[in-house]
Amino acid sequence: MSVVEKSVSELHELLVHRDVSSTELTKAYIDRIHSADPDLQAYLTILEDQALAQAAEFDRKIAQGEDIGTLGGIPMALKDNMCTEGVRTSCASKMLDNFIPPYNATVTDRLRAAGTILLGKLNMDEFAMGSSTENSNFAKTRNPWNLECVPGGSSGGSAVSVAADEAAFTLGSDTGGSIRQPAAFCGVVGMKPTYGAVSRFGLVAYASSLDQIGPLTKTVRDNALVMNAIAGHDLKDSTSVPYEKPDYTKFLVNDIKGLKIGIPREYYGEGIDSDVAKGIQAGIQTLIDLGAEVEECSLPHTEYAIPSYYLIATAEASSNLARYDGVRYGYRAEAADVLGMFKTTRAKGFGPEVKRRIMLGTYALSSGYYDAYYLKAQKVRTLIKQDFDKAFEKYDVLLSPTAPTPAFKFGEKSANPLAMYLSDVTTVPVNLAGIPAISIPAGFVNGLPIGMQLMGKAFAEGTLYRIAYTFEQNTNYHTLKPNLGEVLARGNR
Amino acid sequence: MAISREDVEYVAALARLELTEQETQEYTEQLNSILDYAAMLEQLDTDNVRPTAHAVPLHNVLRKDQVNESIPREKALRNAPDADEGFFRVPKIV
Repeated sequence: MSVVEKSVSELHELLVHRDVSSTELTKAYIDRIHSADPDLQAYLTILEDQALAQAAEFDRKIAQGEDIGTLGGIPMALKDNMCTEGVRTSCASKMLDNFIPPYNATVTDRLRAAGTILLGKLNMDEFAMGSSTENSNFAKTRNPWNLECVPGGSSGGSAVSVAADEAAFTLGSDTGGSIRQPAAFCGVVGMKPTYGAVSRFGLVAYASSLDQIGPLTKTVRDNALVMNAIAGHDLKDSTSVPYEKPDYTKFLVNDIKGLKIGIPREYYGEGIDSDVAKGIQAGIQTLIDLGAEVEECSLPHTEYAIPSYYLIATAEASSNLARYDGVRYGYRAEAADVLGMFKTTRAKGFGPEVKRRIMLGTYALSSGYYDAYYLKAQKVRTLIKQDFDKAFEKYDVLLSPTAPTPAFKFGEKSANPLAMYLSDVTTVPVNLAGIPAISIPAGFVNGLPIGMQLMGKAFAEGTLYRIAYTFEQNTNYHTLKPNLGEVLARGNR
Repeated sequence: MAISREDVEYVAALARLELTEQETQEYTEQLNSILDYAAMLEQLDTDNVRPTAHAVPLHNVLRKDQVNESIPREKALRNAPDADEGFFRVPKIV
């Protein structure tokens, strides 16, 4: 087994026992990126020199007997919407093609303080708007399980680099499913934490009341380890919640006896692939066999989540993206007067999906339509949240497929924006309610991975980890790897 | 049709987006299809429902009024498309 295939916790053991140095590890990942990425295109920026310098610094520290922590010396990568001082942060947009942040996001700082090595920045849908990473202005990220298929999105690069061993772990961001859906499509573990659990400071904003950063990893244990490093209150984010952060690894016990799991029937409706439903049913049976109490339940407002989400998210986006005016940073188009400069800059700097969402959001907020669309959507958001509150009076977690289908083909949905939006039906309710949810590998359909989604009460990430860990310990889906033989051979040529 | 071509042009002006003829046409069709779908929200009686702006309610998040380090001007201007003498330069306004 190549060293790049190992989990974070395995790599930690190797580092502690000096079986491998961080420099050797970093070189191995950079070699893997050079071989795999010509086909997979997960990375937008590769930081070879900086990563090796960080690794050398780490190796000096460990030689001096310093405590390395659980993530010290581990090579990782960040979605390209998290600010990295001195390193381009493009959001996969022409608008920010040349943007070099003058500061770090809080997650960047925290992972640096934990001693991790930053390998590079990862591809995504432009400004995190999309479900397939096809909206990137710079690269076409492919699914390592089938190169004809999308990796999911918007954190496509974050999921692919973990699945193809181009990083030990990554961070993604999730506004309506953008961590969980690509994690499901690529067969990795992805956690969308409770709103306010992880600081958004330095995350380029898409929809501020929905955005949340979280880890994508090979195992559930790795996920908990990364959450330990990035979660917790931050004064720089006024929506960050001051809460007692637990040690998430304490929840990793192989035991779910007596836990109550609800199966919301609305998540198995129209549009859910029957093979995906069967696969999840098999997973549910595994959990029953392990002692969980499982029962069907109802979240009656689920069908209203998509319109509510797309009105709220685009309204917030139209406001957030007003800052891109060509004055202070980013792209500027030349024009004779300042209004012309604004309009041309935005016309040329944004891609079609970003413009579409700005248009929809501006309309939903405009005078005369605000009550009918934006306010209405916020009221429906309340109903959706109440559905969850009620269900959690009875159940510890709720379980569903992460996505209605396995990864789809390039171009299959990109011509029809509404069809693409509808593919988010199983993930957006979680963001509207602000609750945590995890996607874990739960089988295969036609050679493509499928994900099981576990949704929990606010700040109950620990319960999700407990069930996910137990499922993982009793199944082997997470140990299966895509066959990258041809990809690597082409890359090495 | 929820939204006309004129609406699209008006919204584009509000959003400071210069649209091509083809974009105006496309967005008129696509926004209509999305808004038609969103019309299903009207089925729900929400007269007595309070809106949710944030899932986790937080009020008046304040910090002590003390001076902290901030990004120096020179560094803040480094990404500017056009800067001069410590200012952002833009095309003539008046």
